[in-house]
Formats: sequence, structure tokens, C-alpha cells
Amino acid sequence: MLETRGLTKRYGQHTVVNNLSFACEPGEVLGFLGPNGAGKSTTMKIVTGFVAPSEGSASICGHDIQTETLAAQRRIGYLPEGAPLYAEMTPKQCLNFIADVHGLKGSHRRDRLDMVIEQMHLDPVLNQSTETLSKGFRRRVGLAQAILHDPDVLILDEPTDGLDPNQKHEVRELIRSLSADKLVVISTHILEEVDAVCSRAIIIAAGRLLVDGSPEELVKRGGSLEKLFREVTQGGLQ
Amino acid sequence: MNMIKAILRREFASYFATPVAYVFIVIFLMLMGAFTFYLGGFYERGQADLRPFFNFHPWLYLFLVPAIAMRLWAEERKSGTVELLMTLPISPMQAVVGKFLAAWAFAGIALALTFPVWITVNYLGDPDNGAIIAAYFGSFLMAGGFLAIGSCLSATTRNQVIAFVLSVVVCFGFLLAGFPLVLDLFSGWAPQFVVDGIASLSFLTHFADISRGVIDLRDVIYFALVIGTFLYANMIVLHWKQAD
Repeated sequence: MLETRGLTKRYGQHTVVNNLSFACEPGEVLGFLGPNGAGKSTTMKIVTGFVAPSEGSASICGHDIQTETLAAQRRIGYLPEGAPLYAEMTPKQCLNFIADVHGLKGSHRRDRLDMVIEQMHLDPVLNQSTETLSKGFRRRVGLAQAILHDPDVLILDEPTDGLDPNQKHEVRELIRSLSADKLVVISTHILEEVDAVCSRAIIIAAGRLLVDGSPEELVKRGGSLEKLFREVTQGGLQ
Repeated sequence: MNMIKAILRREFASYFATPVAYVFIVIFLMLMGAFTFYLGGFYERGQADLRPFFNFHPWLYLFLVPAIAMRLWAEERKSGTVELLMTLPISPMQAVVGKFLAAWAFAGIALALTFPVWITVNYLGDPDNGAIIAAYFGSFLMAGGFLAIGSCLSATTRNQVIAFVLSVVVCFGFLLAGFPLVLDLFSGWAPQFVVDGIASLSFLTHFADISRGVIDLRDVIYFALVIGTFLYANMIVLHWKQAD
């Protein structure tokens, strides 16, 4: 479903993603862990077709992101880092634009819009310009646009960043409810999130894949997630 | 086609979502009026035509069109929405054309709102309305040329001021390509055919015929080529910026 082979990204001399290969299947929630600057966001940008890799390839549902970009992108719902939104538009206008782009029509379109607006509790701010929204609402508008077209693959870059504990809880519930038939990749540096929602976790640092396993395996291996994380990302285990 | 329409709609609406559109239109109309009636001597000439009006279009566009174009890509880059846009199933061509058409439609509305000048000249005399329509068409085409240049340069930066200044400079070069100010830069060292080639790129010369009411197919093709070339360059810039 989502596969990367030898993904590498260099900026001049600096290698941000280094020979990264992994595959995941629908039903999995993959937690992408790593310290700041580990290459998490860059990997997500490559997988969604925003940035071209220096080497290697990535494919979504069998479509190569570089050669069949649009076919692959149609399958993806993506929340970019920081949840960028068109400042002068209202959430309603944003979501309608996304619905236009995905070609949603008629009653299906209305159903999907109503559903994500309800799931993300966007009703009170629907007609307010997004630049005036709080961080939590902005993030939720970002999530709403990512799931609007009911994509097979969801790629969420720090989906709970800036949310309060209640909102975090709701987003995690949402991710769990989606994961039955979808593939979800979330990046985070909040370790408790891995326990809460992920069925599998990958730890990367300096662009390299260091650990890959279920949260239980990781805990067994390091004593606790936090201990393992600190050990491997500071160069202890490998 | 649907994608282009979706982008066009979003982009066009965003001009009117902020005061930008209204400020622009008011300033555009005020300057047009001031140039036509004071500097152009509309009344003093005693002729029922819009020459003094159209003669100032290239100069007004030089500053005002880059102001419409500068936000097209620079703003997306700055706010990060370019990542949202380019990871949607939209091809770069659709994004570039949709945005360009939105800006062009906006420029068209500003231009259409100058209609009181046309009413005035018809009230005062008996002008050649065919020539006036042709000149409007030429002016709209020229605005498209300026916009394509502005859109392309807007994609090179995340700073709208830089995009604006670059566009004004490049548009100025195109405007005056047939004049010594630009040609002297090349005539010293470049072969004659290069100098002639540059001279033939002048917006002013191509607009001069149309503004007199003569639609020459060559002038139309010229502006179409300018628009096509710069939009293509726009796609290349986007692609090249995305790789980093």
C-alpha cells in the first residue's frame, strides 16, 4: 500500500533522509518517531509528491509518486507540518475548494462535508476566516481537508500538535476509528501518542531507520519507549 | 478543465476576500482618469477617440499588474499552502494556468470598469467604436503578458516585495525592448540579429498598432507567445523550487 525503497534526500552536502526503506499495509497506524530534524517531515513531503527524492522511490497503492504523481496523490489525504491554510478563506470555503479538487459531487459531497465538519467540530467557526482561528481549530480544519475525500492513505504530520488534551484525545479516537480499513502514517515526537494509537512504530534519526516494530516490541527491547528512544537517537544501540 | 476551474475560482475569490481587490480597482480607475484627462489632454485635443486613454495603459500596467501578480505564488510559498496545493491531485500546469486565469480575469474586470470613459467619448462625439473595442482587446492581451511575467517571477521567491520589484524591472525591459535604453545594453557586443530580435520583443511597439484599432495577427500571436512562454517558465520554476 505504501512502500519506500532506498529513499534518500540530499541538500548539497547534507543528507536529510538516508536510504530509507519500509512498507506498510491498510489497517496499520504507523508512528514515525524521531528527534527534531530527523527527516520525518522531509520523508512525508517526498511520499506525498511535494519534494522529489535524490535517490530511491516511493509508491502509494502501487502508483509511483514520481511517475504517476496524480494517481498516487488521489489516494492520499495529507496534513502538512503546521497545518497551512489559506488565511483569507473560511473553513467552509477551504473545504469546498478541496471537494472541488477531488471532484466530489451532489449528495455524496454534502454527506462528506457534513461528516467531517461534525467529526472535527467545525460548526462554530465555519464562516470565520482561518487566520482568526485558534491553533486547535486550524489543525482541525487541516485534518478535515485531509480526510474529506475518504482517502486510502492518510499522512499526518504532527496531527495533535497545538491541541489541548481533550482535542488530542478526540483526534486519536478519530485516527483509531479510521485505521480499520486505511493506512495511517503519523509523525510525532510525543511518545505517549505511539502507545495510544500506533500499531507499529519506526524511529529515525539523521535520516536513517533505526528501529521498526510494534510498540510492545519496542518497550520490551528498551525497557520503556522513552528509554529506547533516547538510547537509539543518541547513538546508543546501533 | 475542472481542476483549472476549481483553482481559478479559489484564487479569484481570494482577491475579493481581502481589501486588495477594492483598493486596486479604485486606484487603477483614479490613475486611469487622472492620466487620461490631465496628462493626456483628453478634452484639449478636441478629438473623439480614446488615444490619450490607451497610451497610458502600458505605463500604468508596469506598476499595477505586478501588484496583482506578486501574490500568486510568493504568498503560497510564505504561508506554506503551496505544500497543500501541490500535494492535491493537481498537475503543475493546471495550477499555473488556473492562477493565471484568475489574475487575468481580475485585471479584465478592472479594465472593464473604465467603461465611463468610453461612454464619455460617445456622449461628446462620434468615435470609431470598432477601434476602441480593438484597443481594449489589445490592452487586455498586454495585461496578460505582464501577468504571465509577474506570475513566473512570483514563483521564484517567498517574498512578495521581491516578486514585485523583479516583475517591474523585467516588464520595464519588455516594454522598452525596442528603445535605445534597452538596446544599447546589447548593441555594443551582440550580433545584429540578436539586437533586432530584442527590438522586436517590445510591448510598446506591439501595443501601438492595436491601440490604434488595428488588430494585426502578428501582435496577437506575439502576446500569446509571451503568455505561453512565461507560464511554461513558471511551471519549470515551480518544479525546480520543489526539488529543494
